[in-house]
Amino acid sequence: MAVIRLTINEKSYTVDTDPQASLLSVLRENLDLTGSKYGCGEGQCGACTVLIDGKAQRSCITRVGAVAQKQITTIEGLAVGEQLHPVQEAFLEAGAMQCGYCTSGMIMSAVALLKRNPQPKDSEIIAFMDGNVCRCGTYARIVGAIQKAAKVATASPAAKGAAR
Amino acid sequence: MREKTRIQLPLEPERYELAAAPPYHFDLARRDFFKFLGAGVLVVSVLKPAILAQESGGARRRGDSLPKEVDAWLHLGENGKVTVYTGKAEMGQNIRTSLSQAVAEELHVPIEKIELVMGDTQLTPFDMGTFGSRTTPTMNLQLRRVAAAARETLIGLAAAQWQTDRQHLTAADGKVTDPQNRRSVEYAALTKGQQLTQTVSEETPLAPAANWKVAGHSALKVDGHDFVTGRHRYPSDQKLPDMLYGKVLRPPAFGATLVSVDTQKAEQTGASVVHDGDFVGVAAASSEAAAAALAAIHAEWKSEPQPSSKELFDYLRKNTVEGKDPTGDGDRYDVGAMDQALSAADHHLQQTYTVSYIAHVPLEPRAALAKWDGDTLTVWTGTQRPFGVRGQLAEAFRIPEDRVRVLMPDTGSGYGGKHTGETAIEAARLARAAKRPVKVVWTREEEFTWAYFRPAGVIDVTSGVRGDGTITAWEFHNYNSGSAGIRTYYEIPNRRIVFHATNSPLRQGSYRALAATANHFARESHMDELAHAVKMDPLEFRLKNLKNERLRAVFEAAAKQFGWGKTKAAGQGFGMGGGYEKLGNIATFAEVKVDQKSGDVKVVRVVSAFECGAIVNPDGLRNQIEGSNVQGLGGALFEAIEFDNGKILNGRLSEYRVPRFSDLPVLETVLLDRKDIPSVGAGECPMIGLAPAIGNAIFDATGMRLRSLPMVPDGLKAS
Repeated sequence: MAVIRLTINEKSYTVDTDPQASLLSVLRENLDLTGSKYGCGEGQCGACTVLIDGKAQRSCITRVGAVAQKQITTIEGLAVGEQLHPVQEAFLEAGAMQCGYCTSGMIMSAVALLKRNPQPKDSEIIAFMDGNVCRCGTYARIVGAIQKAAKVATASPAAKGAAR
Repeated sequence: MREKTRIQLPLEPERYELAAAPPYHFDLARRDFFKFLGAGVLVVSVLKPAILAQESGGARRRGDSLPKEVDAWLHLGENGKVTVYTGKAEMGQNIRTSLSQAVAEELHVPIEKIELVMGDTQLTPFDMGTFGSRTTPTMNLQLRRVAAAARETLIGLAAAQWQTDRQHLTAADGKVTDPQNRRSVEYAALTKGQQLTQTVSEETPLAPAANWKVAGHSALKVDGHDFVTGRHRYPSDQKLPDMLYGKVLRPPAFGATLVSVDTQKAEQTGASVVHDGDFVGVAAASSEAAAAALAAIHAEWKSEPQPSSKELFDYLRKNTVEGKDPTGDGDRYDVGAMDQALSAADHHLQQTYTVSYIAHVPLEPRAALAKWDGDTLTVWTGTQRPFGVRGQLAEAFRIPEDRVRVLMPDTGSGYGGKHTGETAIEAARLARAAKRPVKVVWTREEEFTWAYFRPAGVIDVTSGVRGDGTITAWEFHNYNSGSAGIRTYYEIPNRRIVFHATNSPLRQGSYRALAATANHFARESHMDELAHAVKMDPLEFRLKNLKNERLRAVFEAAAKQFGWGKTKAAGQGFGMGGGYEKLGNIATFAEVKVDQKSGDVKVVRVVSAFECGAIVNPDGLRNQIEGSNVQGLGGALFEAIEFDNGKILNGRLSEYRVPRFSDLPVLETVLLDRKDIPSVGAGECPMIGLAPAIGNAIFDATGMRLRSLPMVPDGLKAS
């Protein structure tokens, strides 16, 4: 066990845990940030995706000891107050979910994609998102939602600022 | 004519829907309602035996002397809040939204004012379970009736208050209005101080679908905001103070028995350890600590030799249990003179089709949080059958059902895979020993191994057809996969259709669309083969042998949208499949591209035409159809459980391929809105046409006929 300091959603946390523990289990069990989901435990489904220094990472195969100095963003940190992030807004409007269990991970991956590539083609969205599984099969809607969010971000510089 | 009557039967036998009715139903103490709910107006829907008999499972109860049952109730509070109670469960099929639409439509309140309490055995009326596409044809209708009765009651209250004739009053937007005297009153003002109960009557008028204002129009997921923010608490997200995390020791093979176990080292870690018969489990302060304690247990198991997936289809044929019909629905349909018709036919065809076991892979695995207060048990769990799980818990712990409460927070999908209560029982057993709440969340590997599978099957089809394309003889034998969708909707005078129950080597159960996927794959592939035998266009051949107008309409609509008959390029292929299931009608047309060198098969485009009566939520319906086609790609092309000697060989997501973004075809959906026909469900039927459409398109592209699902687990050349 060790005391580990984490920066999550711009807040500081201190946890007393095994540095080898997965970031996902620390988020969910120690910090009650349950928006990141367990789906496979081997980085194959993307339900646990968080941003680490702005990049999409699978928190189920990330050791908590390895991210102590990093900026971690989870789904809980995306909206500003009641103001949804454009990607969250786009998922809602496109009805891009059924059971919603993959949604947090999909949104986090999409945010990372748009940061890197603000105007992705469909083929680029598909290639980037291929590690995220939606068993309900809403992929077409998710591609549409990401395109929608990209358009919103271009149209409004204020919304662009929200694409942290 | 006889066949037509049969086709319109409301239900196919649902052998593999795991369900059981409770042994007793007791009267509800209505005076207790207001104590709990607060003052207001309560409208109760009493499920009549006639309606009940249509519920899957309900038909199997003994005799006609059914007690009257309440299946839903609605409470209008003094604050104007509308709370609806139903035992149905939400797992992504979006019924929380479509049922809210139904209530808003008849009660004339904004949809935001409505809250649905679902799947809580203490608060909601008994419900058999959420399966078989029954929510829309039954609960949606019942809730519309309940809401309409509530509205009529409110109009009555306003009429009494104003001492006027109710005929002059209208209800809209949460208010009763008297247009002549220009006055109106909020519902909340009418319910204040009331303790009024009203039972729904069959005479309460319902708005016809053509006049719907809320239903019949697209509505966004009512609580979608909680899902995009991560705020929604799924069963696996539930927490209680002092809660422990539980894990269960799994045997190395199915059916293995425990020979010896040493739990001393696990106990030394500080974990709570339970050894009770073949059950061994631990609970600790974190899931990592629980995993460490579990790993410290040394156990020896004994298991028997078991068959492997390599010999599966031979095994199923050789292990039938004839004469044993667990459902009593009848497994054999004999019409006409099959053998004479076959010998008189111009062309004969005999083929065998197979389907593998596949896994549901709900993205949220099974999860349960259990808490004991003395000998009273509360469990939060993801299940399609909260009341069924309550019964399993009562039985497992030998306590009465009224001391068990099961709550079902909207769960991370099911697809028929969450009918049973394994995790609930495990969590409860560990919690009883630890004297603290315990949560058990299955790992993906546990979910792949210890849940249950869609049944594998072998289907033999023998047919006879005249030179002009008239099918005269049809013999169809299904071994093990199930009898849902087994009967043919084509007009064939001589038929022998038999389901053969089999000892399944793996635990099997419900799966979205049940055996309708397998039976439609065999039938619709065989139809294509017959069309080629008589050198007819596959669409023309189907329509020649099809009288059912609703089914003809979807085939024609999909063909038009698809552009059936257009010319194709090299490596390109077009195919179709369709049918009738769970009261809905589907036709699916697929375009595939086969890479001649690599053998890769890509499904490029899928066009579905679907008709399920009056549409409640068009966008929700499209979402279900698109999802069916994407999920269906897996079972059609590459999903299969491999097993050997009681072990699953590919029980991880890295080893079991599911459809991903890169598999996504262009999806086009044509909705046929029949406002003159009652609404039915849509979660299952849209899936059944896809596999044969793809198989027929692969044949069109390559001349290769694939008769086993999955069709191309390793590409075309290797299959």
